Amino acid sequence: MLGTKEQGAKSKYGPGNHNVTMRIYRSSKEGNKGNFDSFDIPIQRWTTVLDALLYVKAYKDSSIGIRYSCRMASCGSCGMKINGKPRLACYTNVSELESSEISCEPMSNFPVLRDLVTDFSQFLSHHRKMKPYLINPEVDLCDNPELSEFLQNPTDADKFLQFSYCIKCGLCYSACPTVATDTKFPGPQALAQAYRYSADTRDAGSRYGLTAIDSRHGLWRCHFSGSCSKVCPKGVDPALGIQLLKGNIMSFAKRRKKIAELKQHTGKSAD
Amino acid sequence: MSGPRRKGLYRADESRNNREGLKGWLDPTGYGWERVSYWLQRLTGLFLLVYFVGHVYETSSLTGGIGSWNAMLKFTETTWGHLFLILVIGTSTYHSINGIRLIFTETGIGVGKPGRPEYPYDALSLNYRQKSGIWIALILAVVAMAYGYNVLFSGG
Repeated sequence: MLGTKEQGAKSKYGPGNHNVTMRIYRSSKEGNKGNFDSFDIPIQRWTTVLDALLYVKAYKDSSIGIRYSCRMASCGSCGMKINGKPRLACYTNVSELESSEISCEPMSNFPVLRDLVTDFSQFLSHHRKMKPYLINPEVDLCDNPELSEFLQNPTDADKFLQFSYCIKCGLCYSACPTVATDTKFPGPQALAQAYRYSADTRDAGSRYGLTAIDSRHGLWRCHFSGSCSKVCPKGVDPALGIQLLKGNIMSFAKRRKKIAELKQHTGKSAD
Repeated sequence: MSGPRRKGLYRADESRNNREGLKGWLDPTGYGWERVSYWLQRLTGLFLLVYFVGHVYETSSLTGGIGSWNAMLKFTETTWGHLFLILVIGTSTYHSINGIRLIFTETGIGVGKPGRPEYPYDALSLNYRQKSGIWIALILAVVAMAYGYNVLFSGG
């Protein structure tokens, strides 16, 4: 059972195979709007969109530009618009699209480098502005020769864990209607990361005053369309993080947290 | 990067920006009820803003004498006037009820608590409390419009 509209159709590629038409966006050299090239290819029940694209690249047109790496939804490289919606090509089975025609376009809201490859510079710049690392003056790993660790219980870890699963694939950024109209808006990924570090009990730095967060182009431009959470392939739910961050900034939620205790290991107990 | 451009090599600053722009939020399809609600909240907000400005302008016409005021009242008694008022009733009801939902949502109330995501990774914030709020706003808007229709067209 392939789940495609052409389930009963006989394929010219042999028994067990079905064929779909891949419509792949090709950018023009002048930077203008590109066009779509169509390729008729065979698919199996387990064929992902990335498999299909690599088939096209191997047997039909080797010049197609695609970015991919892990093929298992861990690296976040193969984000693209598949049948009009941002998805990971490696995480999308062709059969689940229930269509005999699959269109692949570069993600919206990202500048196009070539064909399906987009530029992440601005996206990562927004991410960096959120100071995505633990800030705690108690710990200076560079000057501290002793091994030290924070004591954090599972309840405290659960407050930020889901947001730390972000693979920075950019699907949320592509789906967000606010990013579509405001270039200064940090986007769901960056704001969710701001909440991730704010909720971490090992972190003692406050990000609430950052211009990228608390300004007219910041957090308050999010009006909860929920599209970011809808397309997230890892269950990060950026919309949840953003709303909780708003609650914290407006002090509706408990803003103060107990900073995790730091345990120093002297190394004497070893061996 | 300077000098002649290598064939087939593209730079992001030279390529098209690919921002969706207004088209991004004008299309509510493909992302579920929350996106539809976001779209409706904006459209009703814009409509009510235009109505509010027009309403203030029209009310200010009283300073020019009772004639212009009566002319406006006469318009509201026509079929098109009635339909316009029904639209005002529907949009204001939806915008208010959905706005109350969003006040809670955007303060972190009713969106759930973070946890450990499990396959198939359904988003916690897009829960049935949120969807119920959207449906209630839509249903109340339709009921208010039906009541308005009954009063205006049937004298109910």
